Amino acid sequence: MMNNSTEKLILFALRLITYAIVLVIGYILFDIIRNGAPALNWQFISGFPRRSGAAGGIFPAIVGTLSLVVGTIAVSLPLGIGGAIYLAEYAEQNKFNTLIRLAIVTLAGVPSIVFGLFGLGIFVLFCGFGPSILAGSLTLACMVLPTIIVASEESLRAVPKGFRDASLALGATKWEMIRTNILPYSMSGMITGSILGIGRAAGETAPILLTVAAFYLPRLPNSIFDQVMALPYHLYILATQHPEADKIRHMQYGTALVLLLLVLGLSLGAILIRTHFRKKFRW
Amino acid sequence: MSRSRKLLITDKLMRLLLVGAASTSVLVVCLIFLFLFREAGPFALNPGLGKLMDSQWIPVSFQEEHFGVGPLLSGSALVTALAMLVTVPISVLVSIYIAEIAHPTEREFLKPFIEILASIPSVVLGFFGLLVVAPLIKTIFGLSTGLTALTGALLLSLMAIPTIISLSEDALVSVPYALKNASLALGASHLQTIFRVTLPAALPGIVAAVMLGIGRVIGETMAVLMVTGNSAILTFSPLSSVRTMTATIAAEMGEVPFGSVHYQALFWIGIILLGITFFLNIVAQRVLKKYGMMK
Repeated sequence: MMNNSTEKLILFALRLITYAIVLVIGYILFDIIRNGAPALNWQFISGFPRRSGAAGGIFPAIVGTLSLVVGTIAVSLPLGIGGAIYLAEYAEQNKFNTLIRLAIVTLAGVPSIVFGLFGLGIFVLFCGFGPSILAGSLTLACMVLPTIIVASEESLRAVPKGFRDASLALGATKWEMIRTNILPYSMSGMITGSILGIGRAAGETAPILLTVAAFYLPRLPNSIFDQVMALPYHLYILATQHPEADKIRHMQYGTALVLLLLVLGLSLGAILIRTHFRKKFRW
Repeated sequence: MSRSRKLLITDKLMRLLLVGAASTSVLVVCLIFLFLFREAGPFALNPGLGKLMDSQWIPVSFQEEHFGVGPLLSGSALVTALAMLVTVPISVLVSIYIAEIAHPTEREFLKPFIEILASIPSVVLGFFGLLVVAPLIKTIFGLSTGLTALTGALLLSLMAIPTIISLSEDALVSVPYALKNASLALGASHLQTIFRVTLPAALPGIVAAVMLGIGRVIGETMAVLMVTGNSAILTFSPLSSVRTMTATIAAEMGEVPFGSVHYQALFWIGIILLGITFFLNIVAQRVLKKYGMMK
C-alpha cells in the first residue's frame, strides 16, 4: 500500500517529466526564432540567392516549396476526398474494401525516403518527367493520400445519420444526397484536415531530394517540368554541404525559421478554420 | 432524356469515380512494390543477392566494391533501439499524465503544444540537433565530435514522442470507466488504479503505438543524415558514428549513375526498409484488432 506522500511524489514526478518535454519543445522553437528573426528582412525573403546561397535571399526556394504544396493539393485532394466519400458512404464490409483499408494503412507507414525512391523510379525515370515540380508533387501526393483519406472520412462520419435518411426519404439518389446533405457540412472539415497533412509534407525533404530539388538554381520555374529549389532541401544544403557552413549560420537559421513559419502557419490556419466551422455547425 | 434518368446515370457515374479514387491507394501500394523491384531487380542476377550479405558497405572503390547491408542495418537498429529506450518510458508517462491526471484546461494546452513537435519539419530538427544537441553531447562525453548514434537517437525520440503520446493517450482514454470506478470503489488510490487497472487494460493499444513509433523512427531520414556522422561501420557503441539505411539512400542516390550496380543496391535497401515498416504496421494493426481497439 502506497502512502499518501509517495503518491504525491510520483504525481509530481509525472508532472515534471511532462513539463520537461514542454520545455524542450519550447526551447527548440525559441532557439530557431531567436537566431532566425534577425536574418528575416524583405531582401532575404524576396531576393535571389548569391554565392551558392551564402548571401542574398531565398525567394526561389519559397516559390519552389509553395508550388510543390499547390501541386500536391491539386493531385491529392480530389483523390483523397473522393476515396474518403466512397469509404464513408458506399463501402460495405467486403474483401475489396478491406484491401483498400489495408492499402491505406500500409501507405501511411511507408518511409518518406522510400517514397523518394518510388517517385524517382516511376515519375522521374519511367514517365520521363525528369526532376520536376510535376514529379515532386505526384510523389508528395502519394505520401499524403492516407492522411487526407483518414481526416476526410472522420469529417464525413461526423455528419448525423438523420441528414442522410431525410434526404433519401424524399427520393434523392445517393449522389444527390451526398452532394446536398453531406458535403456542405463536411467539406470544411475535410479540407482543414487535409491541409494539416499537406503542411507536414511541405517540410519533408527526403521525397523531394530525389524528385525535384535543385541544389542551387537562382531563378523562378517556368513550367511544371522545371526543377526548383525548396526550403527544406535548401536548409539541408546550407547546413551540411556548403563550404562556408560555419560562417553562414544566420542564413541557415533564417531559412529554418521561414520553413517553420510556413509549416506551422499552414497548420495553425487549418486549425483556426476548423474551430470556426465547428462553432457554425453544431448538432 | 428524362430528368430522373439523367440523375440515375450521374449517380452511377459518381459511384464509379469514387470507387476509382478509393482504389488509387491500392494502386499506389502495388506500384511502389513494382517499381522498387523493377529498379533493384537486375542486382539479383548480377552480382547476385549474396553480395548484400557482405560485411562491409564500400560502394565506390578502385578495387572491389562491397554492398553489405549489415553495417547499415546495425546502424539503423542501434539508433532505433536507443531512441526507443528514451522515447517509450517518457511517452507512456506523459500520456498517463495527460489522460488521467492533468486538469482539463491543462490538457487543452498540453495536447496541441506537443502536437507542434510533430509538425516541426525533420530537417529543422536535424539542424537544431547539429547546432545544439551535437555540441552538448560532445562536451558531456568529451568526444572529438558530437555526431554520434546517441545524438541521432535523441532527435529521433523527439520525433517519435508526439506520435506515441497521442496514440497511447487514445488507448488510455478508451479504457471503460466501469473498470476505473470499480477499482476506486474497492479502495484503491488514484495512482494504484492507473498503474494496476488502466495501464494494463490499455497495454495492447500502447504496444501498437510503440510499434508504429518504431516504424516512423526507422524510416526517418533527414535528422539522422545530418547528425549521426555517417560512417558505415558495424558497431554497437552509442557514442560512435553510424550510418543508417535511410541516410545511405539519401546521401548516395544523388551521385550514382542510374542503373549501375550501386544504384540497384540502394533500391534493395529501400525494399528492406519497406519490408520492415510493412511488417511492423501489419503486426500493430493485428494487435489493435485483436483487442478491439480499432476505431
